[in-house]
Order: sequence, then structure tokens, then C-alpha cells
Amino acid sequence: MNTSSRIRLSEFAVEALVRVAGFSTIGFVLLIFLFLLREGIPVFLQVPLDNLFGTRWYPTFDFFGTLPLILGSLLITFSAIVIALPLGVAAAVFVREVAPNWAREILKPMIEVLAGIPSVVLGFFGMSLVAPLIRTTLGVPTGLTAFTGALILAYMALPTLISVAEDALDSVPKSYRDASLAMGATQWQTIWRVVVPAARSGILTAVMLGMGRAIGETMAVMMVTGNAARMPTTLDSLFRPVRTMTATVAAEMGEVAQGSTHYHALFGIGIILFLITFLINLAAASAIFQKRRRGGLR
Amino acid sequence: MNQPTIQPTNQPTNPKIRIEHVSYTYDDKTVLRDVTLAVPAHAVTVFLGPAGSGKSTLLRLINRLNDVLDHTRLDGRIFLDDQDIYARGVAVSDLRRRVGMVFALPLPLPGTIRENILYGPRLAGLRDRGRQEEIVVRCLTQAALWDEVKDRLDSPAVSMSGGQQQRLCIARSLALEPEVLLLDEPTSGLDPISTSKVEESLFELKQQYTIIIVPHSVQQAARVADHAAFFLTGELVEYRPGRELFTAPRDRRTEDYITGRFG
Repeated sequence: MNTSSRIRLSEFAVEALVRVAGFSTIGFVLLIFLFLLREGIPVFLQVPLDNLFGTRWYPTFDFFGTLPLILGSLLITFSAIVIALPLGVAAAVFVREVAPNWAREILKPMIEVLAGIPSVVLGFFGMSLVAPLIRTTLGVPTGLTAFTGALILAYMALPTLISVAEDALDSVPKSYRDASLAMGATQWQTIWRVVVPAARSGILTAVMLGMGRAIGETMAVMMVTGNAARMPTTLDSLFRPVRTMTATVAAEMGEVAQGSTHYHALFGIGIILFLITFLINLAAASAIFQKRRRGGLR
Repeated sequence: MNQPTIQPTNQPTNPKIRIEHVSYTYDDKTVLRDVTLAVPAHAVTVFLGPAGSGKSTLLRLINRLNDVLDHTRLDGRIFLDDQDIYARGVAVSDLRRRVGMVFALPLPLPGTIRENILYGPRLAGLRDRGRQEEIVVRCLTQAALWDEVKDRLDSPAVSMSGGQQQRLCIARSLALEPEVLLLDEPTSGLDPISTSKVEESLFELKQQYTIIIVPHSVQQAARVADHAAFFLTGELVEYRPGRELFTAPRDRRTEDYITGRFG
């Protein structure tokens, strides 16, 4: 075999390997999705919709109302983002625009280490430190509340949010800053009116990634939110126990009879969760796309 | 290299900017070496020289844009109307409002044409709608852009052509009613027609402003210069009225450069 045909063969082998790896990734995702559908669809056929989207989750008595779980997840996720967004953007601005070089070099790796803390550790931290603090300072019956969950989730979303937002700020050309400074803007005015707006598509991506992490998070949330499947519709719901979709699946999957309605209902929750995440990503993508077309972003 | 710097024969009696013995190092590299010159008011002064001669750096020193860099060292003094701009207590953003700057690449900020013009005035606290409208019309007219964009002031600035964007940037600097306008190769990315429009607007603008320009070619320098300074590796070689420098350079190196023998 001569050299050129050997090169051709190895070229072919590498290409084939890459192709198989690429397609199998897509294939596995599809298979997982199909499995989720196969196990989850039956519940939509077996249980009437007004029960399925009712306000009571009590599987032992055939109440499969997922509404409190959906609202619980959304409440915690949005609260977490409301807490994490200003902190995250402020931290990113500090690290990228304000901090001196030596501080940036210490801060960046530290933020990345934060992302590596296992969620069960954060859950434990929330349970043993944050929850008692909330109970005593706010005077609520239990410290295991939606707010506690939101705090922990915000903390978990922060490293991702800061890193991605910081990259977005970093990609704003230096010449933008020059242009703004040259017009007599102060450093703060330049950051707030030019750099952050120019980076907003990246910041939006950061928020969506943070949100994706928050809504899918299970362990920490299960440990600190009290897991009572009540409707979070009263004004004080933020400071009452709440139960999320993820926590429900994690807590109940181990003891459910395989093939039962309850079993299918848990997969049904999985489908709903998937749809919500999908919609969030879609909304983010279209928001970015629209703004780009209007020419405000680059 | 030890020839004495040749000063302009008509040393302006009322200089707008005086640069005195300015040396500048960046990362231990000397960018400017003992530069002294006076820039006259209401004229176009050209900073000429090959890449790396320090001309752009000197321009950026005049509105203190290099303040944000680390590891730099500035010796000597720069005066604007007899005030040392690097003196303690000088408000940098006020200085930059008096000394506007236009960069080599057109840099429309995010937002509409109108928002771009009003960026500076709004930062300075201008709220009056009527005044804002006045500024938009005046600046776009001065930058020879009004006729082309008057019907789409609220469309995004990035939707304009490159030449229009650059004139927008000039208009944006004018909005602050600066006394001095610094232009760093303002036509390097433009086609010949846009270039001549920008140059024409310079002739209008010098009635009102003091202009310093780093041109993107010797030809452009010769076209616009009232006074011309030739720099080489951080030194000021020759500084004289433009007509004299381009027709009868006194220094050998200047002659070599403007006749295209190097650089």
C-alpha cells in the first residue's frame, strides 16, 4: 500500500468516526425524547385534563393536578433570576470593566470554582444555615420556603451568569469604549449606556442559561423548599413551602409501581418540564434574532 | 538624528494647544521623544508620518484617551488655552467635551442616528427637546450629511453606508461644540467620493474649530494641511506651514517620505 492511499484510508476512517460520533449524539437525544414520550403520553390519555391540570397533587387518591408543581417551579425560577440578574451583571461589569488586572486574575478562577460546587452541598448549606436564618429573621413557621430555594438557585446560577455575561462584555470592541469616552462620558456612563447595551444579547443568553439551570435543578431545591404541593397563589407564597416538578419526580420515582398511572404521571411532568425549557430557549432565541434585525445589536 | 527640530516660520501668535517636551513610553517602549509644537487655532494641522511614528499616540494624549492604559509614562506638558491638561484637578470628561475625537473606523454606537448625535449632549445633561432638535440639524449639516439622512433620523445608525457612518461620527463629535477636533485617519475606510466629502467638510469646520488630523495618505495631508508636522520614530522632524513643507521640505527625511521613498 503506498503513502497516498494510506493517507486516504486514515482520512476516511477519521471522517467516519467523527460522523458516527456526531450522529449518535443526535440519535441518543432523540431516543431519550422518544422514551420520555412513550412513558409520559399515557397519562394524558388515562387522566382527564381537568384533573391533570387541577390544583391537587395527591397521587394516592388519583389526584394528579400538576398546576401547583408547575407554578412552584416557575415561582422559584423567576425569583432566582430576579435575584441573580442584577448581582450577576454587576459582578460581570466589575470583573471586566472596573477591577484592576490582579483582582480580575484572582476573581475569574474563583467564580469558575463556584460553578463546581455540587448542588447537594449547596442544598445542605441552605438547609442548615439559610433556612434557620430565614425562619428567625422573617418569623415564618418554617425556613424551608420558596424564597430559600430561590436564594440557593440564584447562587447556583450566578457563576454561569457571570462567566457568560463577562464574555459578552469582553466581546464589545474597545473602540466602543474609546468612542464613548472621547465624547466626555465618564467610565460609569460608558459602561451603562454603551458597553452593557452592546452586550445585551450575550447577557440575555446568560440569563437563559441560568434559567435553564435553575428550572432543571433538583437536589438543592428538594432539600430547601419544604416540598408541600400547595398552590403558590397567595401573596405570601414566596415565604411558604412549595414543591417543584423536578423534586416531585425525584422524590416519588423510587417508590412508584412501574406502569401505573402515577408512574406515567411522573413522566408526564417530565414532558411538561421539557416543553417549558424549550419555550424559554425559543423565546430567548427569537428575542435575540429580532433585536439583531432591528440593528441594535452586533 | 541630532538635527535641531525646525520650528514653523510663522510661529502662531495665539496657539490653541501647546505641546512642550512631551515624551511618552508604553511598556518600556519609547513612543514619543521630546516633542514640542504649537497648534494654531482655526486651522487644520496635519500630523504626518509612517506607521509607528507616534502621531496617533500624540493625538490620543491631547484628549487623555490613553489614561486608561497601564504601564505608561508621560513626561512634558500639554496646554490647552494655557491650561495644563494633565494638571491635578482637571476633569477628564470636561476636557474630552472640549476636545472631540473621530477614529479611523466609523463607530456608530448602538441606537438610531438621532441617538448617536445626542449621546454626548444627553450625557452632559441636555433635556430640552427643541435644543436637541437644533443640535441634530446643525451637526448633520456641518458634517455634510443632513440631506442624505434627514428623512430617517430614527433608523439604526448601523444601516448607513460606511462613508455616512464616518460623517455621523464627525457630527457626533460636533454635537458637544468642542473647541478642538482630533481626527485619526478619518477616511481610511472610505471610498474616494466619501473621502472628498469629509475633506470638504473640514474646510467648513476650520472656521469654527481647531482641527488636528492624522491623514491616511500624503496626498490627503497636502490637500487639507494649513500646517504640517512630520514625525519619524517618535521624533518631530519638521513642523511648518503645509504649503512650505510639501513643496520645499528642509529636512532630507521629510523629503524622502513625502516623495514616497519610504513609509
